[in-house]
Amino acid sequence: MMFFFLFSVSGNASTPEFKKKKNSECLLRLRHEGLLNSCPAGVASCPASSCPFRSPRSPRLKLLESALLLGPRPTAGGMEFSELIRTGRAQAELLRGPGAPPLRGTLCVTGHHLLLSPGPQATSDLWLLLLRSVDSIEKRVAGDSGTITLRCKDLRVLQLDIEGVEATLDIARSIEALSSLESVITSFPFFYRPKGLRLGDAWHFHPPEHHYKRVARETNAWRLSEVNEDFSVCPSYPRAVIVPRAVDDDALARSARFRQGGRFPVLSYHHAPSGTVLLRSSQPLTGPQKRRCAEDEELLRAVLAGARPGARGFIVDTRSAQAAKQARMTGGGTEAKAAYPGWKRLHRPMERGRPLQESFVRLVEACGDLEQSMDRWLSRLEGCRWLAHVKEALSTACLAAQGMEREGACILVHGAEGTDSTLLVTSLAQLILDPLSRTMTGFQELVEREWIQAGHPFQLRCAHSAFSHARPKHEAPTFLLFLDCVWQLGRQFPLSLEFGEGLLLALFEHAYASPFGTFLCNSEKERCLCEVRTRTHSLWSGLNQPKEQRKLRNPLYVLNPLAIWPSVEPQSLRLWQGLFLRWTRPPEPSEAAWEKVWQIVTDKEKTEGSQPTVSASEPQP
Amino acid sequence: MEHIRTTKVEQVKLLDRFSTSNKALTGTLYLTATHLLFIDSHQKETWILHHHIASVEKLALTTSGCPLVIQCKNFRIVHFIVPRERDCHDIYNSLLQLSKQAKYEDLYAFSYNPKQNDSERLRGWQLIDLAEEYKRMGVPNSNWQLSDANREYKICETYPRELYVPRIASKPIIVGSSKFRSKGRFPVLSYYHREKEAAVCRCSQPLSGFSARCLEDEHLLQAISKANPVNRYMYVMDTRPKLNAMANRAAGKGYENEDNYSNIRFQFVGIENIHVMRSSLQKLLEVNGTKGLSVNDFYSGLESSGWLRHIKAVMDAAIFLTKAIMIENASVLVHCSDGWDRTSQVCSLGSLLLDSFYRTIRGFMVLIEKDWISFGHKFSERCGHLDSDPKEVSPVFTQFLECVWHLTEQFPQAFEFNEAFLLQIHEHIYSCQFGNFLGNCQKEREELKLKEKTYSLWPFLLDDQKKYLNPLYSPKSQAVAVLEPNTVSFNFKFWRNMYHQFDRTLHPRQSVFSIIMNMNEQNKQLENDIKDLESKIKQHKNKQTDGVLTKELLHSVRPESPTLKTSLCFKEQTLLPVNDALRTIEGSNPADNRYSEYAEEFSKSEPAVVSLEYGVARMTC
Repeated sequence: MMFFFLFSVSGNASTPEFKKKKNSECLLRLRHEGLLNSCPAGVASCPASSCPFRSPRSPRLKLLESALLLGPRPTAGGMEFSELIRTGRAQAELLRGPGAPPLRGTLCVTGHHLLLSPGPQATSDLWLLLLRSVDSIEKRVAGDSGTITLRCKDLRVLQLDIEGVEATLDIARSIEALSSLESVITSFPFFYRPKGLRLGDAWHFHPPEHHYKRVARETNAWRLSEVNEDFSVCPSYPRAVIVPRAVDDDALARSARFRQGGRFPVLSYHHAPSGTVLLRSSQPLTGPQKRRCAEDEELLRAVLAGARPGARGFIVDTRSAQAAKQARMTGGGTEAKAAYPGWKRLHRPMERGRPLQESFVRLVEACGDLEQSMDRWLSRLEGCRWLAHVKEALSTACLAAQGMEREGACILVHGAEGTDSTLLVTSLAQLILDPLSRTMTGFQELVEREWIQAGHPFQLRCAHSAFSHARPKHEAPTFLLFLDCVWQLGRQFPLSLEFGEGLLLALFEHAYASPFGTFLCNSEKERCLCEVRTRTHSLWSGLNQPKEQRKLRNPLYVLNPLAIWPSVEPQSLRLWQGLFLRWTRPPEPSEAAWEKVWQIVTDKEKTEGSQPTVSASEPQP
Repeated sequence: MEHIRTTKVEQVKLLDRFSTSNKALTGTLYLTATHLLFIDSHQKETWILHHHIASVEKLALTTSGCPLVIQCKNFRIVHFIVPRERDCHDIYNSLLQLSKQAKYEDLYAFSYNPKQNDSERLRGWQLIDLAEEYKRMGVPNSNWQLSDANREYKICETYPRELYVPRIASKPIIVGSSKFRSKGRFPVLSYYHREKEAAVCRCSQPLSGFSARCLEDEHLLQAISKANPVNRYMYVMDTRPKLNAMANRAAGKGYENEDNYSNIRFQFVGIENIHVMRSSLQKLLEVNGTKGLSVNDFYSGLESSGWLRHIKAVMDAAIFLTKAIMIENASVLVHCSDGWDRTSQVCSLGSLLLDSFYRTIRGFMVLIEKDWISFGHKFSERCGHLDSDPKEVSPVFTQFLECVWHLTEQFPQAFEFNEAFLLQIHEHIYSCQFGNFLGNCQKEREELKLKEKTYSLWPFLLDDQKKYLNPLYSPKSQAVAVLEPNTVSFNFKFWRNMYHQFDRTLHPRQSVFSIIMNMNEQNKQLENDIKDLESKIKQHKNKQTDGVLTKELLHSVRPESPTLKTSLCFKEQTLLPVNDALRTIEGSNPADNRYSEYAEEFSKSEPAVVSLEYGVARMTC
């Protein structure tokens, strides 16, 4: 959605003056979208003969080029993008799947984008694709033309029919090279300068201090610690974390040494009505010798003491009991019962890593097959196990939430590293319990706090989506699983979430490829090193522009102060068609239906708004 | 009633089918002549009509009492525990007797009295007039006429008296053809497409055996194809799988030989027979009834039941029919074996796709009257109204409703009615509360004097229309549109609201439909108010055109008018209860769900926070 801009550029004007005017309009539009600073290098150093921007047939593009030169010249790790671009231009036809008409025109590869500019007789628009969102590329040549199939990270499949075998191969190689660049600071967000947004806006959208303020209003038992100021205690935590007031920074540092990756237990959510807390951490490094750590034990003791006298605690381990035991062999492990009085361990095995990624890949594969029989479809839907993972995640989150709300117990969630399934559970539990997190800003804060700042390694997890042929290393659709679970909650409580499917889809797309910097890097430390905050735009400022709101909001939202307990029976869970079948199903009338809902809601607001004014002027009978 | 030995049992427990906590509602069970009634300690009533009971089962005695499991035809399953075995036995025996009546006259419809007088009753029966409907379609006309051949049910007992046939088909041809068709069901008009001048006709299988021919039948088919001025070719759709049709040849039945009939194109579409459908539904219900069902078992069960495959087959057949008419302009003759099950499904669904009238509330009633009731779908046998052959029971009509539901899901704006309307109709095909669905054909219904002794369902549904309106319906955009559903496998979903209608814990906790409906209504009300007030202003102005109105108007702008104030307050009060009702639904109880199955620590008993009344006792109109 976001990296797919269209510009209306009229091409059939005849007088040069008119053309010039039109061209400048086009440039204005590009500048408006912030693309002028973005894709200059490749074009600029193209050999004159093959560069579309030098072509006498397209003065429009020529103008474009001169404007593009104004921007900074990005390099890819010392190498100019131009070296990766083998050919700048070819004639091509683009097929965009059902519902969208094919586009013909001049295809052009730039540093970050694939552009398709329709010929002069065409009336339609310039088409753009962010190269970063290409997940896999497949080329075929036959006769004197070729076909490139691009599978995108947002699960879209595009087909390009290109004239000329050489051109096809060159373009394919260029796309391959450019779409898999690993350097963060040469990525598009560092060049994206949309008009109407200021750099640095919304980057301080939700600092830990903000969350602490809310907690401090509710309880005095917690403090904001800056023990991780320079990211030395825990590289994947933010600068400041919320910890029990009774525990000092030295103890925290020691507890961190006892936890994998230094992720000592920190506060994730304070549930004011019951006075209980939700904590998250990584596994303790007990190892085969069953080591203990006094400070770590003290920390958890302080948590219970801070909640209320006699409070109990549950440690929700997202691994099976056996897996947790096995982890000892590699230095990990789980909390020994005797060492943590008042805490009881519960094991809820959740899938993670490779199997989760494979499940995602298999589901997407099944969704791409339009010809399969009903039986085959159902057996593939079963075989991929995706909905089983959804059920697992939701029921574990419900268990944690239930423990807090119904049992009045404190909950600590961890798996191994504490950066994946742990975050899934803590964020979903908050969504179930906390009405604030179900609002538009509340949910964005939740994602910012529980995923981005909490150190979910987005760059590693979202390097590839479901189509990539590369062997998965660290990829896993944990965040997508979270979004799916939120979507399920939204289906079961259609009035209780202020945001709609649109926001979830946008987050999915941006997590995998985005012109914004929000999902870049793996942790706050890395983002700090790359100066993401000062050199890229925040997604939140992009999303919170008024023009985006209608797509993202749920028109039917009414504040629901209660906890929302979803049903996790298989009959109640559905495949998220809006995501997995978004590009395969034909444009459905369901969009029109939502439009109608919007209309009814706005009508209601209008009539309600207008009534008092009319009635106020009603004369007395 | 002679069957009732015990009318009241106290201290009966009602178990929740899906909850694992053995929490039960305790209450009193009453047995009346028509209903089984359970009133729990919160005074919540659960009514079960005897006719809805499909099976009663007495399980082995337990320490807490004698379990009694009642399965209903509307997919409700209740599990009682009766403290004393003798009471249980009495109730069990009574229910066995009461749920299976031997005579039509003992059915509820003959005793049901909604307090209407005879003329009201008659008007109710006249609400749907099929002659009017054929007129709407555009028959009789120059090619089609009303035949009086079956006026006395002499040619075909299971057809209605009034039948439309091609004008050039003489009575001897009709008589001859009927002798060559199973049960005398010769080809007649089911739907006439006015624009295309093409017809949908229906009949039963020909008695062709391996080589038999019938010239009259061949003539009749030719007459049908000649009645279409545009396309001389007609399709003959045999809705059975080819193998079944071939097997029928050995019994002297079979299918049309393309060589003997000129201008026909013969096509099998492969919908399975009633026995396959019955066992498919049985398997589906078995899977769904499993406690603690896993996602994988659910989908593998869904697959092995084949239910969705059958639904897709019916839908595909209807689409085939629609395409023949819309694209090729050809008439279509549909048959199966006897031409009252699969033929009814395909003809009615095809008409629904072709004609937007059938997508309105009244139109849908007409459609059911025409293709199902009048053409002799054997409702009493298929629904098991009387104690008769269980092999004749089959969910053929349920499948039709499910196909319509799938269409409403794909085209949310195309239908005037909503899901509740379909569920209500389904409820009443089994309830035997109204006369419409009693008996197996029109002749039988006339003999039973249903129009004098029972009431028609339709006026009651129309009176309650508000409940069944689809707030998103936009007739203008879809008025002429032919629906072209997409039958890719993943468009078929399990219809939870049908098969788990009474398992409230599985449903979304908030309903989008009801809130939109409310909004729509509020909009209308407010708009009316505006109009009202505006007209008042106008009147007022007119009255004072010649004078000192300005002063008075100025004076009246003050919103102090007492009438105005009260009217506004009053309005708010009427709106409030609606919101309250919704709010109670918004919360839900974690104990309803099965998150805590691994954590026994959590399974303390706790009071139900929200008591929901989902679909309980809704069958009594």
